[in-house]
Amino acid sequence: MPLTHLEPSPEQIEQDKVYRKMGLSEKEYENVKNILGRRPNYTETGLFSVMWSEHCSYKTSKPVLKTFPTKGKQVLQGPGEGAGIVDIGDGQAVAFKIESHNHPSAVEPYQGAATGVGGIIRDVFSMGARPIAMLNSLRFGDPSIPRVKYLFEQIVAGIAGYGNCIGIPTVGGEIAFDPCYNENPLVNAMCVGLINHEDIQVGQARGLGNTVMYVGATTGRDGIHGATFASEELTEDAERSAVQVGDPFMEKLLLEACLELIKHDALVGIQDMGAAGLVSSSSEMASKAGMGIHMNLDDIPQRETNMTPYEMMLSESQERMLIVVKKGREDEITAIFEKWGLHAVTVGEVIEEKVLRLEHKGEIVAEVPVDALAEDAPVYHMPSEEPAKYRENQSMAPWKPQVENIEETLTQLVSMPTIASKEWVYRQYDHMVQTNTVVAPGSDAAVVRIRGTRKALAMTTDCNAKYLSLDPLVGGQIAVSEAARNIVCSGGLPLAITDCLNFGNPEKPEVFWEIEQAAKGMSDACLSLNTPVISGNVSLYNETNKHAIDPTPVVGMVGLIKDIDHVTTSEFKQAGDAIYVIGKADGSFGGSAIQLLQEGNAFGKAPALDLAIEEQRQAQLLEAIQSGYVQSAHDLSDGGLGVALAESVFGTGLGAEVELANDLAIELFSETQSRFLVSVTKENREAFEAIVNDAIFLGHVTDKQSIQFSSKNDVVTVNPVELEKAWKGALTCFMKTEN
Amino acid sequence: MKAAVIVFPGSNCDQDMFYAIKEGLGEEVEYVWHTETSLDGFDAVLIPGGFSYGDYLRSGAIARFANIMPAVIQAAKEGKPVLGVCNGFQILLEAGLLPGAMLRNRDLKFICETVPLKVVNPNTQFTSEYKQDEIIQIPIAHGEGNYYCNEETLAELKANNQIVFTYDSQNPNGSLADIAGIVNKEGNVLGMMPHPERAADLVLGNDDGLKLFQSILKHWRDYHAAYTS
Repeated sequence: MPLTHLEPSPEQIEQDKVYRKMGLSEKEYENVKNILGRRPNYTETGLFSVMWSEHCSYKTSKPVLKTFPTKGKQVLQGPGEGAGIVDIGDGQAVAFKIESHNHPSAVEPYQGAATGVGGIIRDVFSMGARPIAMLNSLRFGDPSIPRVKYLFEQIVAGIAGYGNCIGIPTVGGEIAFDPCYNENPLVNAMCVGLINHEDIQVGQARGLGNTVMYVGATTGRDGIHGATFASEELTEDAERSAVQVGDPFMEKLLLEACLELIKHDALVGIQDMGAAGLVSSSSEMASKAGMGIHMNLDDIPQRETNMTPYEMMLSESQERMLIVVKKGREDEITAIFEKWGLHAVTVGEVIEEKVLRLEHKGEIVAEVPVDALAEDAPVYHMPSEEPAKYRENQSMAPWKPQVENIEETLTQLVSMPTIASKEWVYRQYDHMVQTNTVVAPGSDAAVVRIRGTRKALAMTTDCNAKYLSLDPLVGGQIAVSEAARNIVCSGGLPLAITDCLNFGNPEKPEVFWEIEQAAKGMSDACLSLNTPVISGNVSLYNETNKHAIDPTPVVGMVGLIKDIDHVTTSEFKQAGDAIYVIGKADGSFGGSAIQLLQEGNAFGKAPALDLAIEEQRQAQLLEAIQSGYVQSAHDLSDGGLGVALAESVFGTGLGAEVELANDLAIELFSETQSRFLVSVTKENREAFEAIVNDAIFLGHVTDKQSIQFSSKNDVVTVNPVELEKAWKGALTCFMKTEN
Repeated sequence: MKAAVIVFPGSNCDQDMFYAIKEGLGEEVEYVWHTETSLDGFDAVLIPGGFSYGDYLRSGAIARFANIMPAVIQAAKEGKPVLGVCNGFQILLEAGLLPGAMLRNRDLKFICETVPLKVVNPNTQFTSEYKQDEIIQIPIAHGEGNYYCNEETLAELKANNQIVFTYDSQNPNGSLADIAGIVNKEGNVLGMMPHPERAADLVLGNDDGLKLFQSILKHWRDYHAAYTS
């Protein structure tokens, strides 16, 4: 006997305000009553509460998301489906999306991170694309705190455990550390897939009478209310039952089966059962097609006994898909899945009436209009207010670092966990499987070749949240621009972005203001750089004990490298090459690495950004790279020119001699935007200078193991071997220290 | 030469192996699904890496019971070259075609990186194109590559020159005697943790693994030349 008789009645739900516990507000509950013309029963209340959670409905972020530029001639599929898709010519396209799994990872780091990876992979192959690469963007607190170390170790292990097993290379990403993430780590996973135009699928339940089938793993009681859980602030008694458990082996089978399935003409629509599982997949597919679905829950493959309709519908068990197939062709579909040892069972049909009707043990247990669940979720225009903190920062006098000893400061900078080598992390990720990884983790962007062509894809994730904490508008512009710089440095033309908007509680006007400003900044940059937003995800309520995280809108970007010969990496190639920096240093230190190092926190104005200059420099550098004039290219980011120079020397056995015009502390550590460090052979200097207007000649790559900086008053020599040791060892050292 | 790449549920280096033969070596190659029962018509059997059956129970422990395995054992008996890489090596150990077992890596973490290997036995049909003690760069990617066997077996491996590859300079996973790859007594079954198929294409910056496949091909050609003449 299912335990439905223990559920509160519609009257009790109203009286005892049971809906509040599920996440519905009073107003929303009234709204549900109006839609149904009666009180919802327990199952129906559950359906609305998860579908109207921020995680599924974007009810507070929708007005902001609408402002993103999403169009461009390269865009084949914008936001709204499993993943966005851009054209890369020759009938090929790239599908990609980034998604957060922050809350689950804070509670159960290994499974939280693993299922984040699993979910985003399903989003990509549900479009019909074969996943070819994974990236991630991670944020942790102060790594000297034992709990943070535990979260870091387990989250990395979870990402590795899932990605390695399923056989998709984890090729890149970024990791930053800041005390604002002490209790609320961020885990954003991005998947990139390759697809031919004719194979693009959509999640729609079209065709009256067509069959709804359930494929993949069985449904258990795990992850019930995961979507609601993700839409609240984390508390001490956060529920572990809301976290799902992943099985990458099952997903590998599902992936291969689904990629066979999409070649089959009996398939009508396919959608991942992600957040809010069966409810979201069924109601969204029906709503998009303007149809309804009748489902018999007795036929749902169940992992546990006596499951109630409520539990089945809200379960977030992993590795499941809902598909719609042409009536009468179910056996052909079942045969595909049987080959892979998977369930494929008929659970319902497409009906004309636009409702989700659920049958269980011979009774109709829920009947809800699909549009009310999927499309017509409430939208809130939250009040927004410029925070006092912002005004204070804007009015501060510029801060300048005091540097006594350049070598010591540089060593401290490269040892900061955010800047230090991430080898400890990516050594645990299989970044080579599929044998297409041309540029492995550690350079500006990862590069994956497309077999059988001369083309390759460059991909990256970026966000400097410290800049956003000072000025979300400029910080948002910088996040997109920096991602594009990484793509360009690798020899690629930026195509589009996916974003993951990680913010605090949007009900606070100051937080909502941050969201609006960041989105505006990102939109500005997307328009300037012709990189529309094609997919994304929002993660709000990243707060613990009333402290919000820094605004962290992570940008995932993919670019096209037209010819594999254009692939460029950041390290110097040979002694004698000329070193250039593109763009002058201006003493921007607000939110800089050296400010964090010396002052312990970020303040003042974020570095200024001129999008016209940004666009011009990127275009010129790309032209120089495509013309074959560039030996190495590296964008200047955290830590400025000093850190970029050091990174370009690391691992090469080479050295550098550069002459700088001004005060060394400003030249080396300013985080002035839109700058690049480039090396060029002697023969190509003239041709390079003719293309890149703002290139400033600095000196040469040498075969001596030293980096020499000189200015009018100073000559400083740094030992790169010692510096590299500090850079390489910093993170490992943190992880090996016992607490 | 026609090679078979065995595919189990959860294999994930099957395509990499396929392309190493097809594009790197330029020879014929086909996938063989685990439910098949015959390997007739194939000249070499390649068991790729991955997580067959999700590594459940123990790496390779379930795959050894697959329908195709009697045919793999038969091919080994017939003297055909059988190569198991990574999970393929683990399967060969579980199937008893090679001695010893795998433990979790010394640091209990998955390791993916390119490591130097020493070719300690270039006199096998898998290594004849390498020189004695040649150092080659080959990627590893495993969580359970810490080879172990008892003293008696180790003495035997050494006495019969069955140790083919060892880790040079630094042992990444704690394997006994720095072992990275071994052959059976007859020399026609090779198991190795490093992935030669990941080092068979200069576009990816490394083709040190290609000579292993070229050795297999050379042996096959020599054998056929002798057989047909």
